[in-house]
Amino acid sequence: MIEVSNLCKTFGTKTAVDNLSFEVKKGEVLGFLGPNGAGKSTTMRMVTGYFPPTSGSISICGIDILTQPEAAKAKIGYLPESAPLYDDMTVRGFLEFAAGIRGLEKRAKDDAVEQAIETCFLNKVAHQAIDTLSKGYRHRTCLAQSLLHDPEVLILDEPTDGLDPNQKHEVRQLIKRLGETKAILFSTHILEEVDAACSRAVIVDQGKIVANGTPQSLRDEYKMDSLHDIFRKVTTADTAA
Amino acid sequence: MKQTLNHTKAIYKRELGSYFNQLTAYIAIFIFLIFVMIMTFAVAQFMRVGDASLQYTFFYWHPLVYVLLVPIVGMRMWSDEHRSNTIELLGTFPISTWSAILGKYLAAATVWLAALALTFPIWITTNYLGDPDNVVIFSGYLGSFLTCLSFLAITSLVSSFSKDQVVTLVISSFLCFLLFLLGFDQVARWIQTMAGEGLSEVFTATGVWDHFRSLNVGNFRLQDFVWFATVISASLVGTNFILTSKRS
Repeated sequence: MIEVSNLCKTFGTKTAVDNLSFEVKKGEVLGFLGPNGAGKSTTMRMVTGYFPPTSGSISICGIDILTQPEAAKAKIGYLPESAPLYDDMTVRGFLEFAAGIRGLEKRAKDDAVEQAIETCFLNKVAHQAIDTLSKGYRHRTCLAQSLLHDPEVLILDEPTDGLDPNQKHEVRQLIKRLGETKAILFSTHILEEVDAACSRAVIVDQGKIVANGTPQSLRDEYKMDSLHDIFRKVTTADTAA
Repeated sequence: MKQTLNHTKAIYKRELGSYFNQLTAYIAIFIFLIFVMIMTFAVAQFMRVGDASLQYTFFYWHPLVYVLLVPIVGMRMWSDEHRSNTIELLGTFPISTWSAILGKYLAAATVWLAALALTFPIWITTNYLGDPDNVVIFSGYLGSFLTCLSFLAITSLVSSFSKDQVVTLVISSFLCFLLFLLGFDQVARWIQTMAGEGLSEVFTATGVWDHFRSLNVGNFRLQDFVWFATVISASLVGTNFILTSKRS
């Protein structure tokens, strides 16, 4: 479903992503881990077609995102890192706008918006202006827009960031449930989430993949019980340089 | 094609709703109407002069008002998308950048169309008091709206550079003012005395004033339409270029 090969991205002289290759199949939830500045968000922005890569290829459900961006983007639901929203709209108004952009009309649009509101527990704030929402609700509103068109591929950049423990639990459960029928790539630096929601994890450091496997296979490979210890072993602390 | 139109329509509806959800559009329209009416009735003495074509008393002031007010309406076009990072959402929706550019541009243009439409009492008054040539008045409105559209396209280009709306406002207003000054009668005469006829003609043809005035007096010259079409399309193509290269 998501096939990324030899992906590179440089900004001036800085290499943000260095020859990255991975694959996410249907029914798989891939946790994308790494310290801050490892290149996670840059990779996700390339996979969603926002940034063009310097080199390499990305295919979504067999469609090359570089040559057929609109067809490939139609298959993706994306939650950006900062959960950006139009503050002057209401939650429902924003979701209706996003559904319209996704080509949903009339009954299908109303049903999709209703479903997304329910899935992301937004009933209480559906008619509220977005600029009055708490961080948790903002995040869930942006998550809701990514689910509207029932995409085959979900790309979530730190979906539990800023949520309270109850909300985190709900979102992890949701990711796990959605992961049964979709291909999900989600980034996090909270390692508990790997055990809670992921079927496989990739650890990225300085733009390169440094570990790749199921949580258990990583423990076996590094002979460590804690994913924290594995993470610390394979990545560079930003204070190290 | 149908899909692109649908995307443009969705962006247009959102943007237009946003203008009228906030105070921006109301304030711009209100200031425009007040200013134009003051200039027409108090400064240019519309009732005393009896200018039935509305050229000197009414339309004459429009470009100057647009210099400041058009960037006020247009400054959020892309600057706000950059600031709130919603540009990342737009960039990952299955739409072309052109759908977004046109949707936003047309929404802002609709605000100005509404502003111009609300000046209808002066048209009714002129028809009631005198016997004006309505084709010339229509041509005046067309010149005014095309000037507004040109300034709006320039604001779109400037806003694609900056996430700071104030910077967008200042630079856009400055560029529009420059375009206004280049062909303005007194400036043209001054350039003619200083640098000769040839240069003066080049400046006049480059600025907006000559093209605006030509439509004002009811001349439908091809060169004016070419000028407006060039400025608008070049600015929008520039907007597309900046937005695309900002992402790479």
